[in-house]
Amino acid sequence: MADEAHSEGGLSFHPLDQFEVTRLFGEGPIAWYTLTNVTAWMALAVICIVLLLVVGTSKRAVVPGRTQSVAEMAYGFVYTMVEDVTGKDAVKYFPYIFTLFIFILISNFLGLLPMSFTTTSHVAVTAVLALGVFVFVTVLGFVKNGPAFLKLFWVSSAPLPLRPVLAIIEVVSYFVRPVSHSIRLAGNVMAGHAVLKVFAGFAQVGFLIAPFAILGVVAIYGLEVLVAFIQAYVFTILTCVYLKDALHPSH
Amino acid sequence: MEGELAHIGAGIAGLGTGIAALGVGNVAGNFLAGALRNPSAAAGQTATLFIGIAFAEALGIFSFLVALLLMFATG
Repeated sequence: MADEAHSEGGLSFHPLDQFEVTRLFGEGPIAWYTLTNVTAWMALAVICIVLLLVVGTSKRAVVPGRTQSVAEMAYGFVYTMVEDVTGKDAVKYFPYIFTLFIFILISNFLGLLPMSFTTTSHVAVTAVLALGVFVFVTVLGFVKNGPAFLKLFWVSSAPLPLRPVLAIIEVVSYFVRPVSHSIRLAGNVMAGHAVLKVFAGFAQVGFLIAPFAILGVVAIYGLEVLVAFIQAYVFTILTCVYLKDALHPSH
Repeated sequence: MEGELAHIGAGIAGLGTGIAALGVGNVAGNFLAGALRNPSAAAGQTATLFIGIAFAEALGIFSFLVALLLMFATG
């Protein structure tokens, strides 16, 4: 459908092609153990994270050098976030939350390199992250509070006849949390990259349009760098908020 | 015919992105108004500001996603 419209002599670019999952070697169907571009870029993200955090801080200098300073800034940033939002007793879950933050941040930044692939632009990847958060938070809520965890859905500040209706609404909105959590990250990153491709495609329209298209690409690229950081931050801080709800359920 | 309907649908979904911009501006504007009245308390609420902006923007992104899917992924 879209192909026929495009081959009529209009712009012929396909901005969603960059999100296709392709094999790295060989032919054939893609199974769960196939090496694809997704696995390659995820492995690269892990290598970058290890290089930044482990190798960067290996000197353990009291006056940090550049890499150690960046690693310490990231650590301190997420640590203060967990402490402020979730409370001091949640600091023992800090490794999980920091893993989420740094993985999403480095994946988003790696996707900004030209000709690269953004793993977090796929709902499959972000849905697993969000589902992990959902299962972790729910199980933790029941383990720490027992059946009193269900107090989260019983709004005691509302009049009594209204409470069952509100309870149903609260339960539904609790289960919608991983959906919005995952689609927010995937949608933001995918939309940003698709817009980049569309603006770049405008450059083939004409000789005079091309400089403005390139300027548009530069501006959107700046916005994408900001969005990459903000989306990692928002994912992490929402995880902290859900964790706080689980550890201290109240309404 | 289906291609044209898909394009029209994508255009209508683009309106949703514009409405989300109103929502995000609302959040940021209210924060700014409050922050200029009470600057010392504003620094502690920047986290809430970003969460509010993210929630409002997420729905705009959902609408943009619908537009993109209609345009390029044949619905």
